[in-house]
Formats: sequence, C-alpha cells, structure tokens
Amino acid sequence: MQTKLILAALRKHRLATLLIAMEIALACAVLCNACFMIANRLQLTRVNSGVDEKALAVLTLGGFDQAQPGDLNARVTAGLRAIPGMQSVSVINAVPFNEQGTNGGVTLDQAGKRFGGVVTFYTGGPGSFEALGLKLVAGRAPQTDDFQSMATFVPSDAQVVVSRTLAEHLWPGEDPLGKEFWCGGFHFRVMGVVAHMARPAAGEGGTGTIEWSVFVPTLPGHNLAGTYLLRADPADLPHVLRDAETAIAQIAPDVVLDHEGSRTVSDLRERYFRNDRVMAGMLLGVIAALLGVTALGIVGLASFWVAQRRKQIGIRRAIGATRGDILRYFQAENFLIVTFGIAFGMLLAYLLNAVLMKFYELPHLPLYYLPIGALSLWVLGQLAVLGPALRAAAVSPVVATRSV
Amino acid sequence: MFGYYLDMAWRSLKRTPVLTGLMVLAIGLGIGASMTMLTVLHVMTDDPMPGRSAQLYTPHLDPLPLNHKQGGDSPDASANLTWPDAMALLQSHRATRQAAMAGGTLLVHPAQPGQQPFYVDGRYTTADFFTMFGVPFQRGGGWRATDDAASAHVVVLAASLARKLFGSADAVGRMVQLGDNDYRVLGVVDDWAPKPMFYADATAKHYSDADLFFLPLSVAVDKDLQLNGNQSSWSKEALGKHSGSMSWLQFWMQLDTSAQVSAYRQYLVDYSAQQKALGRFQRPPTNAKLYTLMGWLAHQNLVPNDVRLQLWLALGFLFVCMLNIVALLLAKFLRRGGEISVRRALGARQRDIFVQLGIESALIGMAGGALGVLIAQLGLWSIRQRPDDYAHLAQMDGAMLLGTLALAVVASVLAGLLPAWRACRVAPALQLKTM
Repeated sequence: MQTKLILAALRKHRLATLLIAMEIALACAVLCNACFMIANRLQLTRVNSGVDEKALAVLTLGGFDQAQPGDLNARVTAGLRAIPGMQSVSVINAVPFNEQGTNGGVTLDQAGKRFGGVVTFYTGGPGSFEALGLKLVAGRAPQTDDFQSMATFVPSDAQVVVSRTLAEHLWPGEDPLGKEFWCGGFHFRVMGVVAHMARPAAGEGGTGTIEWSVFVPTLPGHNLAGTYLLRADPADLPHVLRDAETAIAQIAPDVVLDHEGSRTVSDLRERYFRNDRVMAGMLLGVIAALLGVTALGIVGLASFWVAQRRKQIGIRRAIGATRGDILRYFQAENFLIVTFGIAFGMLLAYLLNAVLMKFYELPHLPLYYLPIGALSLWVLGQLAVLGPALRAAAVSPVVATRSV
Repeated sequence: MFGYYLDMAWRSLKRTPVLTGLMVLAIGLGIGASMTMLTVLHVMTDDPMPGRSAQLYTPHLDPLPLNHKQGGDSPDASANLTWPDAMALLQSHRATRQAAMAGGTLLVHPAQPGQQPFYVDGRYTTADFFTMFGVPFQRGGGWRATDDAASAHVVVLAASLARKLFGSADAVGRMVQLGDNDYRVLGVVDDWAPKPMFYADATAKHYSDADLFFLPLSVAVDKDLQLNGNQSSWSKEALGKHSGSMSWLQFWMQLDTSAQVSAYRQYLVDYSAQQKALGRFQRPPTNAKLYTLMGWLAHQNLVPNDVRLQLWLALGFLFVCMLNIVALLLAKFLRRGGEISVRRALGARQRDIFVQLGIESALIGMAGGALGVLIAQLGLWSIRQRPDDYAHLAQMDGAMLLGTLALAVVASVLAGLLPAWRACRVAPALQLKTM
C-alpha cells in the first residue's frame, strides 16, 4: 500500500529520483572497487618477508672494485663484530626490501626448455642464513661445506634453499628436496625449504611472485663484497647501525659508505611500501568524499521534498496518519531510491572492475564486496534522510487547514 | 538585465543558505580533486624543451634476433642503441646536430683534504649535446668533436657540483678526479635538468634526476666507466660496451625541416636493410622508427598507472558531484514554479527565465570554483608530501588557476542546463491557478 503510494509520488519527480539513484549507483560502484583496491594494497604491505626484520640492518659500501675486493670483507666483518651489542655480521648481496639482488630466469631442465620463471638469488656468506632467521620447514640449513666461491653472480653448481611458494610453483604437489633447476649454465639442487623468503623487490610478474627467492650459500670475495647483514637486539639495533656507520671510516678508509643503502630492514620495509600506503589513504579519502557528497545530495533533495509536501503531509496527518507513518513514509521512499541505485550500481561495479582488470593488475572483485557496499549505502541513505524525515513528521496537521 | 538577474540569483541563493552551501561545497570538492590530479598530469606531461622540442628526434632500431622474447616487466631491449649502431648514425652526420649518450655514476674525490668522496650522476655524451639541447653555460664551454675522437680527459660540471668542489673560485681549467681518472674542467653549466629528463633511459627517475657532470662518451668506453641505465644483451658472446648485441645508448638529433625528417626516416630503414643484408639484423627494416620528442615521451608512458587511476577517480568524483547538483537545482528550480509563472504571466519569455536560472547556476559555479582553488592547493600540498619523484613538481601555474575557475563555471552551468530547461517549461496558467 505504502510502496504503491511512494512510487506514485516518485513518478511525479522522475528526473530528480533518477539522478539521485544514478549518483548512488556510481557511489556503489566506486565504493566496492575502491574498498577492494585498498584491501589489495594493504595485503601487499603485509607480505611476510620470512626474516627477523626488527633485528636486522644492512650496511652498504661502495667506491671499490667489486671484482677485486681484496681483504675488505675480512676487515669489515672483524671490525664491525667488535661493536658492542652486535650479535653477528655476515656478507650478503641483498636483504628483503632493499631493491637490490640478482634476478635470473630459471628452467627445470638442463636444455632450458621448461621455463620456471624469473627468481631472485640471495648469495649469502657463512652466518647469513642463521642471521636472517629464515624458518626451515623441510630439508636442512646450509653447512660449512655448502659455501662455494663464485666467478660471476652465483656459484656454478650449488645446493640451495628455496621458499615454499617457489617450491610449490616449480614442483606443484611434489617433494622439492633434491629437485634440480638451471639458470643458463648454472646448476642448483634444493637442500632445504623455508616458510617465507621475500625478494628484495617484488620484481617481475607482480605481487604473486614476491616470494620467488633462492638462497645460495656463497663464499664472500669476488663479486660478493660491500653489503653486510648486521644483527643485533631490536632495542640496540639503531645505535649499533649508527656505531657501525661511524666505525667504517676507521675500518676501511679507502671505501665510501652508502648512507642511503645503510638502514634497518624495518626502515627499508617502511620505505618500500610507502607508495602503497599513500595510495590506500588516497582511496580512503575518495570513499569518504564520495559518501559525503552522496549524503549531502540525499539530505538536500529530501529537505526540498519535505518542504514542498508540507501541505500534503498536513492533510495526511489531519486524516489520521501518525507521526510514525510520515517518518516511515520518507524512510521507505529513501530505501526504494537507494535500492534502485544499488541494483544498477552492482552492475556498474562489475563493469568498473572489468575495466580496472584490463588496465591494472587487479583480480576479480569478490562477490561479498557487493552486499557490503549495498548495506553501507542503505545505512548511509537512512542516516541522511533521518533529519528531513523527522522534520516532516513534525509538521502539524493544522497546516492542512491553511492555504499556502 | 544581467545586473537584475544577478541580484535575483543572489536573493534566491540567500533564501536557501544550507542548500546553496551544500551545492557550493559539492562543486568545490569535485573541482578541487579534479584540478589537483589534472595539475599533476599537466606538469608530468609538460614539454621539457619548449621552443626546441619540435626539432628534436630520437631514432629507434630493432637489432633483436627473431627469437628474442620480451619479458613482461623487463625493459625493452630495443629501446636503446648498441655502440656500433649509435656510432654509425653519429658518423653519418645526416642531422643538423646529433649526440649519443648514456647515464653514469662516478665517485668524485674532492681535492680539498677532509672532504669525503661521494657519488654523483652524470652523462657520457658527444660534443653536439650542449648546442643541440641549448645547455646554458655559466663559464667556459663544451668540448669539440676532436676531443671526442681523441678521448680527451675533459669534463663539464654542473654549477652545484663545481661549487661543492671549488667553492666560489672559477672551476674552468681546474682538475677534478672522477673515479680513477683526472679530468680538466672545460665549462660550468647552470643546474640544468629538463623535466621530464627525456633523454635518459627508462631506469632514470625522470622527474627528480639531474646530471652533475658531462664526460665524452669515448672516455667512458675507453676506461669502461660505470653505467647506470639498462644494459640489455641478447647473445652469449663476450659482452662489453663495444658489443653489437648489447643496447645501452640513447641518441638524439636535431632535424630542422620536414624534408630532413623524411630523409632521415628513409635512412634509418636503409641502414636497417643494410645491416640485415650483412646478417646483423634479423627483423624487418621497417621496424626502424623516428620519434619526435613528445612522441617518444608518449611512447615511454612516464605517467605512472597510479596517477592515471587517481585522475579517473577525481573526474568520476566530479561527475558524481555534478549529478548531485543537477538533482538539487532541479528540486530548487521546480519549487519556484509559482514565481516563474508570475514572471511569465507578466511577459517574460522562456528564454529570459532560462537565462535567469542559468546565471544562478553560474554564480554557484563561481563560488564553487573559488572553493575548488583552495581545495586544489590543499590537494597539491598533500601530493608534495608524497615520496614519488614527481611530487615536488606539483605546483599550480596561472593557466591551471584560470582553468580551475573556468572548469567550475562550465561544470555548474552544464549542471544547471537541465533544471533550468525543465523549470522554464512550466505552464503558467496551471501554476497560477493553484497559487
């Protein structure tokens, strides 16, 4: 009964109703997709690096020949170990989030026919595996005999540790231990699997491959020098790193300290994801502004309709409608308009998602975002209309007896 | 009549201050957000060399083997040139001016005791670079083609680096140690950094990098100095800067007439065909292209996806705000059916009513535009706090400021069109009867 009445009234204001419904549809589409993108970004920033980030720092040196580091590694590691609070110093080529490291395409056969993807190689000296704090889930950690020297970028034939994600990608459903893979002329055999090991940069292929890492035990020296992994108690770490930076001037006056590249791993992580956090914040702002403007529109239009229908409201009140009836009338009217908007908005949300998928690396919009978006718009609509509806309910029946 | 309508609009808006405020706020927010992102896009796609860009061209050759597979996210190996190709183009002298170049990072050893060595970015290039790009010299000048040929150990410094090394003293003629070698300073240039740095390769931070030194390219090759751009190779042969299967060089030239341009296009195809005949190239010679400066920037697509997405979001937001205003104006104008009918009955034409209501929407637009300018300044300030390399460029110039106001007025007048049209079509007789 009420619904029929409302529809009849809305038919008188087809254009305004349509416009507000369209606004709600657009808001619904943007709301669903923006929420989904925020969730995606934030999920990205929560990636598990697998290392003890809070206890680790990296110190980077430059200004020497990578191919002939001489006794640099020995001098630096010995010198830094003397710093109070330092738990361990080891040589490594990169740490998670410092955006260095060596990438290489790997194949599952020697001939190079079955391509496995582009992975990152961590080449770490003795002690670095333990210092990183990687959690072994199968196989064994590198032993002293596993460390080999290298000529170019990795040892030519090595026992390696891979991340679980990479193992599942290369050998789905199989036991990765003892499996082999190649990278050009280099041969690797898996001796251990760790739960998580993020790459220094998300690198090629986007977010799905952020844990495609291989740890290759390598003896420091030729092409593995100048980047040092420091481990200390999280509370001591900032001052240990500072002391290490000042100590370098005495330990190795012949090289240059790279201040930009000498940071704690938590600091590196913060910097690495700064853009994603900015983007998530910006999307949040868009949602807030959009919902705010939509609410403003509803308030404005409802207020106008209330003012316009004062006389009709008075008549309805005079012939027996209660305040509650009037209140519910405006609430039901808003509910109907918002429902039209949402119905169209869901289609629009899917369309928008399809466009975003085409141009951005974004998966399908999960279905559960739609009811959540609908619910929040219904709540928003009801909240926005409450003020004008209450004013309508307060209209006195006496109005009916007056001519406007 | 205009003044009268303005007065009427002002009175009408004052009668409903809340609704007017809401409409101004909505258009201000929409315009502010859109102009923020349009300004960012504007500064990012701006012409880095106004006045010169129309004459600057960069060639593109395709020396890759047929079976070369381009990785999804890895840099395009054919975006840069190999040493033999760049030298062939350079020595052909078919353009008015031409220069090959590559970015490099070197360790500077200051002569003064106590100063620590530090890394600086610069460019290895050939003699025409300075005249072709119009690099402004403070002192001295660039080197000559003979210096290129002789691999002379000479250098041009940016003013900030010269000041850091030599203080206020004249740097020209002094010696500076970069890496393991000493170079004689030939000239000092103003800190010169086109935004975007169009001549740098894809790895550069195009909006924040600046070259602090310029060395002859031949020296970089002789001494095998460190490069900081992409070095893509596609063969297993011994690699090195001389290799014909490793791309690492950028090449720019100045072509003054369209005849020169088409002749150079043909020359690139002929050169590719010749290399194919020699067995060096495998792909069709027609893959060779000549890009204009702005065309090359468009091809490189320097604007990050995030910025584009934000622009679309902002424009979408403006659209929602406009829908909002259309609905509100419609309600407002239609409610004034009685007033409009009286005016119509007194002799006003539909057109007069239309103009009167249009002026009222334009007034809202003006106010919204003013608010939009403030909001856009706030938005740009927040963008400048971002960590991105383009962040510091986010400033509004006079043209964008006027554009903001214009966009606001246009948007609000557009939004007012439909409501005004509907309102001026009310039948006066019917309305007057119910009054």
